[in-house]
Amino acid sequence: MSLRIVVTVKYVPDATGDRHFADDLTVDRDDVDGLLSELDEYAVEQALQIAEDADDAEVTVLTVGPEDAKDALRKALSMGADKAIHVEDDDLHGTDAIGTSLVLAKAIEKAGFDLVVSGMASTDGTMGVVPALLAERLGVPQVTLLSEVSVEDGTVKGRRDGDAASEQLEASLPAVVSVTDQSGEARYPSFKGIMAAKKKPVESWDLSDLDIDADEVGLENAWTKVDAAAERPARTAGTIVKDEGEGGKQLAEFLASQKFI
Amino acid sequence: MAEVLVYVDHVDGAVRKPTLELLTLARRVGEPVAVALGAGAADTAAALAEHGAVKVLTHDASEYAEYLVVPKVDALQAAVEQVSPAAVLVPSSAEGKEIAARLALRIGSGIITDAVDLEAGDEGPVATQSVFAASFTTKSRVSKGTPVITVKPNSAAVEAAPAAGAVEALSVTFSDKATGTKVTGRTARESTGRPELTEAAIVVSGGRGVNGAENFAIIEALADSLGAAVGASRAAVDAGWYPHTNQVGQTGKSVSPQLYIANGISGAIQHRAGMQTSKTIVAVNKDAEAPIFDLVDYGVVGDLFDVVPQLTEEIKTRKG
Ligand SMILES: Cc1cc2nc3c(=O)[nH]c(=O)nc-3n(C[C@H](O)[C@H](O)[C@H](O)COP(=O)(O)OP(=O)(O)OC[C@H]3O[C@@H](n4cnc5c(N)ncnc54)[C@H](O)[C@@H]3O)c2cc1C
Ligand SMILES: Nc1ncnc2c1ncn2[C@@H]1O[C@H](COP(=O)(O)O)[C@@H](O)[C@H]1O
Repeated sequence: MSLRIVVTVKYVPDATGDRHFADDLTVDRDDVDGLLSELDEYAVEQALQIAEDADDAEVTVLTVGPEDAKDALRKALSMGADKAIHVEDDDLHGTDAIGTSLVLAKAIEKAGFDLVVSGMASTDGTMGVVPALLAERLGVPQVTLLSEVSVEDGTVKGRRDGDAASEQLEASLPAVVSVTDQSGEARYPSFKGIMAAKKKPVESWDLSDLDIDADEVGLENAWTKVDAAAERPARTAGTIVKDEGEGGKQLAEFLASQKFI
Repeated sequence: MAEVLVYVDHVDGAVRKPTLELLTLARRVGEPVAVALGAGAADTAAALAEHGAVKVLTHDASEYAEYLVVPKVDALQAAVEQVSPAAVLVPSSAEGKEIAARLALRIGSGIITDAVDLEAGDEGPVATQSVFAASFTTKSRVSKGTPVITVKPNSAAVEAAPAAGAVEALSVTFSDKATGTKVTGRTARESTGRPELTEAAIVVSGGRGVNGAENFAIIEALADSLGAAVGASRAAVDAGWYPHTNQVGQTGKSVSPQLYIANGISGAIQHRAGMQTSKTIVAVNKDAEAPIFDLVDYGVVGDLFDVVPQLTEEIKTRKG
């Protein structure tokens, strides 16, 4: 039986761009170039490695996002994923993490899965909760924040490096996995990969395809509200000195003046 | 007054500092009731009472150590059902966020992660968050259910506020999903004797400019002269010079100390994301154009191999 892997990938505004909020206090996705979240490249990479180690596997990449999010899917396909699903619907604008997890979970169930692979966090929202929410919704084990992962005989194993300890984890499939940026560099798409990606199937689903009502998602129905967003005042320009032999002492003097010494 | 649940992060009964900070914030929105789970749970009571917990709900079972996350969600859910709190506060660790998220979904509530401040508001607690690599500050609240909010370390001062802290056994029935993910091995992180990175008042970090694992001794010596924690940029971690647990930034730890000293770190956006909210920022870098200098209160343009040892010596002399 083929191992069905679904990788959840998010299309995010470039972190090095000038990110800001739109008038409705959602993330402005128009003024900054978007891309496949770098942290989800690690998820695609581990999914591809797991698929390569399996006898027979199929890797589907899934995104919930606006029209342009297709770019993220193309990138993942050009890395080597087999097919893609794009969930797109005007009513999704402003959906929070809880709502996103609903849409993803329904799409994952519709696609069919043995293993879900997510990134550790999205680079815009940086909540790091969607994989845990997916496990809760799908009713399958959560094997998250792994810096090492492998699948064998229907069992997923991995290493989770926590604050207090490094843990070895194990669960039976089906399961939800998330991987960190310590899991191994993601491959670059080859020229061949980029050409092949153009012919790979990308399905588009909307909310009705997933039997989700418009009043379960979107900004109006989010379970959290952002009431205000303010740009952090720029830090006032500090003192900068050039070291001419006394730089360390000058710095010590500054620290003493601030009562750190 | 309404009760507020506070999830206790502790190691064998020793309460970690962020939990005590949570008690300070919890007192702004209600009466703190703590939930302590696992080995040593009851030993947390004294410290929690001293900082304002009116009650400490405890439960110990081997499941907490043997299985990932879900047993703790089951227990916290049981506590929510018992107490009907006005809010649930959880420390913003990786695990804390996962527990909070699953709990929120189960009880039909919204969740806010990584709050850096919390106040009472007309429509429930208002959380302050620092977003887009700390370039924006937002105010948010949960609009459905019982607000579940995770709070970052160093978001409030630890305050003594003696309260009863009566220990009460929490009754927990584990769900059939509790044993889904088995912890088959655990290697405790070795203690360095230095303060915890996220909790430290001072953090001294090294980046690619440190140029080698052996040179981190210079960074550690400066840190030790100040009683500081040691941090590293991802470039230094990826090069294998310092452990990943010490990485500061978007995919490492986010720190907010009184003083942050960046040595040989350029100040990339992903690094800034983890340290930009530090009160005072100092940098040593030989490139005057390095973006880190845009953030600093005091910067030295120079070779860290000259500046840092001189600084360490001077601190030692001044401290006597
Ligand atoms: C998705 C993603 C997540 C990331 N997460 C993180 C993260 O969590 N944390 C993080 O730090 N980075 C992160 N990064 C990487 C980040 O973009 C930078 O690459 C990294 O922070 C650079 O580290 P650095 O400043 O040490 O190295 P560099 O950028 O190479 O800078 C080294 C600096 O040292 C100076 N220097 C060299 N020699 C000396 C000397 N002798 N004396 C004084 N100064 C000297 C140089 O002038 C230079 O400014 C992430 C990147 C991505 C894409
Ligand atoms: N809109 C989305 N579409 C697809 N995957 C997502 C989306 N949002 C979050 N994810 C997945 O969930 C992970 C954690 O995201 P977050 O909890 O938002 O930080 C990401 O790395 C993705 O794998």
